[in-house]
Amino acid sequence: MAHALNAGLRACLEEDPKVVLIGEDIGRLGGVFRVTDGLREDFSDERVVTSPLGEAGIVGSAIGLAMAGYRPVCEIQFDGFVFPAMNQITTQLAKYRHRSEGRISLPVVIRIPVGGGIGAIEHHSESPEAYFAHTPGLRVLCPSTSQDAYDLLGQAIRCDDPVIFLEPKRSYWSKGEVDPEAPAVGMDRARVVRPGDALTLVTYGALVPVALKAAAVLAEEGRQVEVVDLRSLSPIDDDTVVESVRRTGRLVIAHEASQTGGIGGELAARVQARAFYDLEAPVLRVTGYDTPYPASRLEEDWLPNVDRLLEACDASLKH
Amino acid sequence: MTAEPTEPWSVLDPTGTLRVDDRVPAGADALDLWAAYRDMVLSRRVDTEAIALQRQGELGLWPSMLGQEGAQVGAGSALRPRDVVFPTYREHAVAWCAGVDPVQLLGLFRGTTLGGWDPRDRNFHLYTLVIGAQTLHAVGYAMGVVRDGDVGTGDPDRDRAVLAFLGDGALSEGETNEAFAWAAVQNLPVVFFCQNNQWAISAPFSVQSRVPAATRASGFGFPGVRVDGNDVIACHAVAREALERARSGGGPTLVEAVTYRRNPHTTSDDDLRYRTGAVNDDWAARDPVDRLRALLTGGAGPPGVNDFLADLGREEEELAERLRAGCRALPVPHPGDPFLHTLERMPRDLERQRDEHLAFVAGGQGDRS
Ligand SMILES: Cc1ncc(C[n+]2csc(CCOP(=O)(O)OP(=O)(O)O)c2C)c(N)n1
Repeated sequence: MAHALNAGLRACLEEDPKVVLIGEDIGRLGGVFRVTDGLREDFSDERVVTSPLGEAGIVGSAIGLAMAGYRPVCEIQFDGFVFPAMNQITTQLAKYRHRSEGRISLPVVIRIPVGGGIGAIEHHSESPEAYFAHTPGLRVLCPSTSQDAYDLLGQAIRCDDPVIFLEPKRSYWSKGEVDPEAPAVGMDRARVVRPGDALTLVTYGALVPVALKAAAVLAEEGRQVEVVDLRSLSPIDDDTVVESVRRTGRLVIAHEASQTGGIGGELAARVQARAFYDLEAPVLRVTGYDTPYPASRLEEDWLPNVDRLLEACDASLKH
Repeated sequence: MTAEPTEPWSVLDPTGTLRVDDRVPAGADALDLWAAYRDMVLSRRVDTEAIALQRQGELGLWPSMLGQEGAQVGAGSALRPRDVVFPTYREHAVAWCAGVDPVQLLGLFRGTTLGGWDPRDRNFHLYTLVIGAQTLHAVGYAMGVVRDGDVGTGDPDRDRAVLAFLGDGALSEGETNEAFAWAAVQNLPVVFFCQNNQWAISAPFSVQSRVPAATRASGFGFPGVRVDGNDVIACHAVAREALERARSGGGPTLVEAVTYRRNPHTTSDDDLRYRTGAVNDDWAARDPVDRLRALLTGGAGPPGVNDFLADLGREEEELAERLRAGCRALPVPHPGDPFLHTLERMPRDLERQRDEHLAFVAGGQGDRS
């Protein structure tokens, strides 16, 4: 997926001279995950800016650049380090279009590697999506495949809204073909990645392949689970989810982020409001727990895995 | 040390020649050179062993401090027991000087804990990975020290200073600059000790600043001192004076110890992507440990030097063995541990999550997947 993102950035840099990348260590080093590998060399220091060490600076100056007509793509080095930029993101970036009564748009993309499962030390495995989804005025995207990473990143950069672009870091090394010419799914559309009629299993990012594994296990047992990849966490495509739940009558939602105040709760509320009489079982969530992300020796058990998904699916199917 | 922060102040040159300078404390206040040498050698061994443990898969990651021992032992040996330290993640030699068990430094990097030691034991706070955050904690702690009346009493057993570490990269974070402003206007007993090791991962110092770090202090209204970070004697002298100033109510100081990160940023980094080995070699020639060793063993060396070095060699091997064994023996956390200490009392819904989790773990998962 890292290669797909690199190709996506390269294509955007080629296509639009106004695209500028800004972030810590994104130049010579190519970023700590090498997503910007080679771009400084092929474009320039002006278009691939190795920033001083400050996230408020990265996002704040991206806002100014956007006001000046550029399309900045920020890289935050790790999920846990976006917080110094939170002020710029929530009080400025997310609100400026509204405050200027639509006159000024801020086409800023903020790429953030997110999630755990790579044995990292603290602040390197966080899932901060709910903070952003809770902030009106931002789009929040999270691809799960290389093709989606390529497509969504291009759409995000071309889009005039501010976009928080969450890159599931344990998928960086996952392989997948990218066809730059393939027709892209809409940026704010969820996608059914495996059809089924017994239960709807919704997730996004690094848990999509986990959900597909769980679905494969259940298929062997004769139950066809429909897996939906949310892709856009804000706005949420609840139409696709509701449509699925109307057919299956059951919904399990999974995410790595803590449970309370998470995307799962939001989706559950929407689905029960719109498809209450189609539900045959309570909506269940499989999530990270409401604790700090644990020391890496414990993360394997702590993270939602196939077995926890199966347990929740079983519980739902028992009703 | 009132000199303009231009060339780093130095007394011990790379050949081990000591220049007489009356700013170097003498008598009871002097740095014990043998102790400083021992501290540098042993803390370097901690670093070397940790890298080896990482290579063997015992640690997930290790941020090496190789080359920064002079700055760290200089500062660390100027501490008094009641002073308080707020480190980054690279202050292994300061931790050593403060008396933190080096085995406890390993837990964070082994993934067995998010902390590792009781900060109250040695007045040495937990490592801070979020760049710059700890500088404000130091400020707040210093505000507490002032309110406790533990500044400027003249009683060496009462007066306290706070020592905050930061890297050159941290100079660009807003929080660091807020810390400088707060410390200045309140004239707080805090010393900001910036190890300018020239690199913030792949970003050279020029990405952060067009002036020496120490120069920044004057804009905030307190002194900045530039010192040769590979000269442990100069670092000690500067740190000692700054800490003493803080304890006596004279306010903050920014020390810029000019040094070099000789290893990659961490064991995960590949530094040859952004700098050349030749520059690393140049700095190796200015090694802080070699320098002091040259001074101590110069000429025929004082009587007993060979015994001292032989004892130290043995001590190093014992330390290395203790680290290897201690690392492997670090307690593996229990699946219930993440749920502890989130709030003073575990909320009922979290208790339920924990019970579900423990039942799940105990249930022998993995039978179907
Ligand atoms: C707020 C924040 N942003 C980014 C990072 C990622 N990061 C870890 S260390 C580092 C460089 C730090 O450089 P410096 O302050 O000079 O200290 P050094 O590592 O050289 O000791 C960066 C960018 C972080 N830890 N915290």
